[in-house]
Amino acid sequence: MADFNVSTREVGSIKIIDLKGYLDAHTAPDLEREFNKLIDSHNYKVVVNFDELKYISSAGLGVFMAYVETMRENSGDIKFSNMQNDVFNIFDLLGFPVLYEFFKDETEAVNKFNQTERS
Amino acid sequence: MTTKKSNKKLVVKSTTENLSLVRDFVKETTSAAGLSEVDVRKVTLAVDEACTNIIKHAYKYSPNGNITIHITVDNEKISVKIVDDGGHFNPNLVPEPDLLKLQKERKGGGLGMFLMKKLMDSVTYTNLTGNRNQVVLVKFRS
Repeated sequence: MADFNVSTREVGSIKIIDLKGYLDAHTAPDLEREFNKLIDSHNYKVVVNFDELKYISSAGLGVFMAYVETMRENSGDIKFSNMQNDVFNIFDLLGFPVLYEFFKDETEAVNKFNQTERS
Repeated sequence: MTTKKSNKKLVVKSTTENLSLVRDFVKETTSAAGLSEVDVRKVTLAVDEACTNIIKHAYKYSPNGNITIHITVDNEKISVKIVDDGGHFNPNLVPEPDLLKLQKERKGGGLGMFLMKKLMDSVTYTNLTGNRNQVVLVKFRS
């Protein structure tokens, strides 16, 4: 069975989702549940930290596509950080960098949200 | 040049839980065949996508279907033949994904086949006798 873990923490008013292991069609529903919980509690500003994510298939990428519009409609967004090259290459192949913001580290992504709040 | 020919087969039931088993099988077989690490990753993901499509669309998440994966390796290429009996399928009816449109419609699907084509040198679907479908994924050695 695929080894996968998803957990959420807070940095100020921003929610950070930490992903670990293998995100595929079997484990994607765990990530969907996490997004549903955030929406239920009206948290729309999300940084997904990929530092420990080793693998992603299109089922995993699809989760972000299914939820990002709801976040943006509520003055939030899903931003990505700490992605390993192998994982980024898959996002890149599908054209995600045009529609999503990618950051080298989590702090940069959080700061981007905070800058937008101030402007 | 050393000849690295092999022929391996795996049969799994149509559950997403088995995707990790499928990936391990592809990774082991293609690594042993001397494929580069980058290409091992590409073939592994493409086979994951093909099997995910079969589980989702051919068997509609029913866990009792069979998926047969046959990997043939020779000096030129790696060829992965995947067969299911979940009913005929016309790949020409699957549209090219429009990311922005899918996102606006809050749809997470429709990326798998496109990704397979990007990762492999060729992807060929064939309707076999009975209800069987076959997809052959080919990667030439770089």
